Amino acid sequence: MAERKLRILVGKPGLDGHDRGAKVVARAFRDAGLEVIYTGLHQPPEQIVSAAIQEDVDCIGLSILSGAHNTLLPRVCQLLKDKQAEDISVFCGGVIPEDDIPGLKAAGLKEVFTPGTSTEDIVAWVKANIAC
Amino acid sequence: MGLAERILAGDLRAAARLMRDVDDGFASALEELKVLYPHTGRAYIIGITGPPGAGKSTLTDQITAAFRLQGKRVGIVAIDPTSPFTGGAILGDRIRMNRHADDPGVFIRSLATRGALGGISRSTGEVVNIMDAMGMDVVIIETVGVGQDEIDIVRMAHTTAVVMVPGLGDDIQAIKAGILEIADVFVVNKADRDGADRTARDLAVMLEMGKRQEGDWLPKVLKTEASRNKGIDELVAEFENHRQHLFSSGRIDHFLREKCAVVFSEMLKDRLFSAVLDRITADGRFNSTVESICQRDHNPYSAVETMLAEFLNRPATSL
Ligand SMILES: Nc1nc2c(ncn2[C@@H]2O[C@H](COP(=O)(O)OP(=O)(O)OP(=O)(O)O)[C@@H](O)[C@H]2O)c(=O)[nH]1
Ligand SMILES: [Mg+2]
Repeated sequence: MAERKLRILVGKPGLDGHDRGAKVVARAFRDAGLEVIYTGLHQPPEQIVSAAIQEDVDCIGLSILSGAHNTLLPRVCQLLKDKQAEDISVFCGGVIPEDDIPGLKAAGLKEVFTPGTSTEDIVAWVKANIAC
Repeated sequence: MGLAERILAGDLRAAARLMRDVDDGFASALEELKVLYPHTGRAYIIGITGPPGAGKSTLTDQITAAFRLQGKRVGIVAIDPTSPFTGGAILGDRIRMNRHADDPGVFIRSLATRGALGGISRSTGEVVNIMDAMGMDVVIIETVGVGQDEIDIVRMAHTTAVVMVPGLGDDIQAIKAGILEIADVFVVNKADRDGADRTARDLAVMLEMGKRQEGDWLPKVLKTEASRNKGIDELVAEFENHRQHLFSSGRIDHFLREKCAVVFSEMLKDRLFSAVLDRITADGRFNSTVESICQRDHNPYSAVETMLAEFLNRPATSL
């Protein structure tokens, strides 16, 4: 029987300027055998969600540093719900204060990785928690 | 409702899922493709090929914008290589096309080669068909930048554009003869760089030296600067010229017949082979035959004939 290949979208919402972290994570996923749709910088939530649907990804990994996480990330989750696509899981990594994490999870984020999490840990989490 | 019905009713998630089922080789996808097939054959298919970094994605983005201004719906299939070591892939063509991501008149799908050579994935033809059935007026296929031998794209696309960049200089002689023959339009992108005129001129000379018969299409060489949207209207107009030539010359019939013949024969080959292989693997004869060939008890020629005779239900002597 044919086997599913995990597909993941990696992108970076928000206005701040570099995507080194997102690229490192994208490469780690590729090296773990995933197909990574890399959409780059400055992605508004609408574009992220449309891309995720067109690409039929199993999950979305967002890198965020800009401090706008409390608006951008719940917005991605809400748009997925609006499009009946909440089966696509969302996780994020970035500079996110501990206090904000419960709120983000309540808004639909499946996991939040704070600085210092290794890419190995992130890949392991995806493999353990995302089914395709 | 099945995926095909949902696709015909405009369901994007169903389309995206069927593309995935095809890519992953799910047998169920065939049933859906059967339903969609009568709804295909309407889209105008453009292939964009050329070496890595030449600007294929940036051009695709600009061409898409131009078609959108004409009110056409555009599907994009963007192919990037699978890592042979890990089986994973980074599909990054969308980066250049993000502005179209939430345009309901555009559908972009990234595909990994998954081991296929020749610039496209095995699933590309089916993914194009699904976009066609979704009602896309134009489907643009961006191949992997391998830069030679992309014969696969020629069979699939009505019009193939080969994208080059300046600075090939004297190396232009080294361009594989094949690449001259596959182009319906040559694009010298990054025309802002030194040497664009020279590259364009050299290409034009080589094209004119090529063998051609009366009434054959002579590809033009166009200069573009995709990142600043220069030369795009001319390029899109040239696509239209080529499309009209295909139809007015009657070559479209030959093109479509060839394409269907290739699709049918490739599929027949794959299905026949896997039907036979599955059976003889399951009953152990694959291994035992290989073993006896190794031991020189049998020769591979007779072994194949014996198998064929059995499967075709004919005496081996008639093969
Ligand atoms: N100077 C200049 N740069 C350009 C032009 N068009 C594209 N680029 C740049 O060239 C780089 C590669 O462009 P892409 O469109 O990604 O090229 P590609 O052929 O799709 O690349 P692959 O898919 O990786 O093979 C990007 O940094 C573009 O911004 C141009 O006309 N002039
Ligand atoms: Mg590209």
